[in-house]
Amino acid sequence: MADARFDPVRIDVATLVRRSVASLYSHLVTRPTGRAVRLAIESQLLEAGDPSVSVIDFREVTILDYSCADEVVARLTRAYLSDDRPRDAFFLFRGVQEWHREPIQVVLDRQSLAAVVQPVESGVELAGTVTEAERDVWLEVERLGSIEGDPSDHFDDPEARAALARIVERRLVFPAPGGGVHALGALAAG
Amino acid sequence: MNVIPLPAGLERRSVDELFESVVAAVDGRALFDARHVRFVDPNGMVALLCAARYLLDRTGMPARLQLPESTDAQSYMARIGFFAAAEGMLEWDHRPPRAAAGDSNVLLQITPITRNADVHEVVDRVQSAAGAILSRTLGYPQTAVVPFSVILSEVCQNVLEHAEAPGWVAAQAYNWQKRIGRHVLVISVGDMGRGFRGSLAEEHSARFGERWGDATALEAAFIHGLTRFPDSHRGQGIQQIRKQVRRWNGAISIRSGTARIADVPEWDDAPPLQDHLAPFPGAQISMILPSREPIDG
Repeated sequence: MADARFDPVRIDVATLVRRSVASLYSHLVTRPTGRAVRLAIESQLLEAGDPSVSVIDFREVTILDYSCADEVVARLTRAYLSDDRPRDAFFLFRGVQEWHREPIQVVLDRQSLAAVVQPVESGVELAGTVTEAERDVWLEVERLGSIEGDPSDHFDDPEARAALARIVERRLVFPAPGGGVHALGALAAG
Repeated sequence: MNVIPLPAGLERRSVDELFESVVAAVDGRALFDARHVRFVDPNGMVALLCAARYLLDRTGMPARLQLPESTDAQSYMARIGFFAAAEGMLEWDHRPPRAAAGDSNVLLQITPITRNADVHEVVDRVQSAAGAILSRTLGYPQTAVVPFSVILSEVCQNVLEHAEAPGWVAAQAYNWQKRIGRHVLVISVGDMGRGFRGSLAEEHSARFGERWGDATALEAAFIHGLTRFPDSHRGQGIQQIRKQVRRWNGAISIRSGTARIADVPEWDDAPPLQDHLAPFPGAQISMILPSREPIDG
C-alpha cells in the first residue's frame, strides 16, 4: 500500500532534453546532453521533499544512446547511493521502450548497479546487476506493495533477509522512516 | 606542384594508398589528380577530406582538385555533398556539378562533426532515410533504425570526445553483387585529430612501456574499451558499436596513426590488425553492413 503522504515527482525526460539542450531535439544522444538532463533532474529534485520518489519518464524518447544512458540512469543512480548523496531520493525509470533496455542494462551492469524500471505497458522490473535472491525478495515486496513493521520478519530464509537488506541499501525499495518497506512501483503509482 | 594521383576506385581498400601519397608529398602546393577516378564511396570521400585538411594544415594553402573525367563519379561526389564539405580546403579546376536531388541510396550526406549539436543533427537526419534503406535494402527489421542511430551517435561522439578536431561522417548503400552477392551500407567517419595513440597516451602509455604505439593504442580502445578518461565506467561506445555491427554480420575497422584494427566477418578478407602503414593523423572508422539476404536470394 502506498504511503498517502508521498506525491512522486514526475519528470518527463523528452521535455527536459528540449528545455535543457535545444528546443528542436527530443533524442537522448551525446554525453553533454545526458549530463544536462541529469543536472536538470537533480535541479528538480531540489524542489521535492526529502525523502522523495522520482519517476523519470522515457516514453517520449525515441533514441537513447549509451552515453546518455550512462549519465541519466547510471550516474544518477550512483550519485544517490553513496552516503554523501545530495538528497534522499529514490528513482523509478518509466516508459522504457524495448530499444532503451540494452543501453540501460549495459551502463548499469558496467558499474554493478541496479535500478527499478517500468517498460511501456507492463509492470515494474529490475534492470542491471542483481542476484537471484535480491530479485526474488524485491518481487515479493512489489507484489505486496509494502511490508509493515520489521520487514525481515516476513522472510524466514536468512539468505532472503540478507537480500532484503541489500535491496534496501541499493535503494530498490523504499524504507519507511517509521519502519517497514514500500515498493517503488506502488509509491510511483501515487 | 605535388601531384597526388587518386586511384580509380577511391574507397576503403585504397585509402592507405591515398594517405601514403599525401604523406610523401613534399612541401608546396598539392594537386589531387582525380581524372581517372571512376568509383568513390564514403570511405574514399571522408579520407579525401582528411587528406585535404592535412595538406591545408601543413602548407597553409588549399590543395587543388582535378575533377574526375567520369561524370558519374562527379555527380556522385556532388550528391553525397563532397564539394560543399570541401569548400575552403580544396579548389577545383572547373565548376563542379550541382547536387541533383533524389539519390535514394545516400543515407547520410557528408556532414561535419564539430560540436554536440552536429551529432543531434545526424541522428535527426537519418530517421527517415535510414528506415527505408535498412528495411527495404538490407532487410533489417523496421526497428533497426534505433540501434543504427545509436551507433551513429556513438561513432560521431568519438570524434568530439577523443579527436578534439573536426571530423566528417557519411553513409551510402551499394549493390555489392559482384563482391559478396549482397547489398551493403557503407558508413565512414573520419577526423584529423590526435588519433587513438595521442588520445590514450597520458592515461595508458606507461603500462604498455616500449610496446606503446598506434597498434597497441587501437587494441586498448577497440578490444579492451580503454579511454583517455580515468573514469573506468567510460568506454562503452566502441564496444557497443562492435557488438551491434557483429549482430548485423558487418565489418568495422579503425585506421589511426600507422595502424588499423578490424572485426572481420567471414565475407571479408581484410586482416584483423595492420601496422607500419603510412603515418596519418586522426582516425577513420569504417563500417560495412551487409543485407540479410543475398541479392538473388
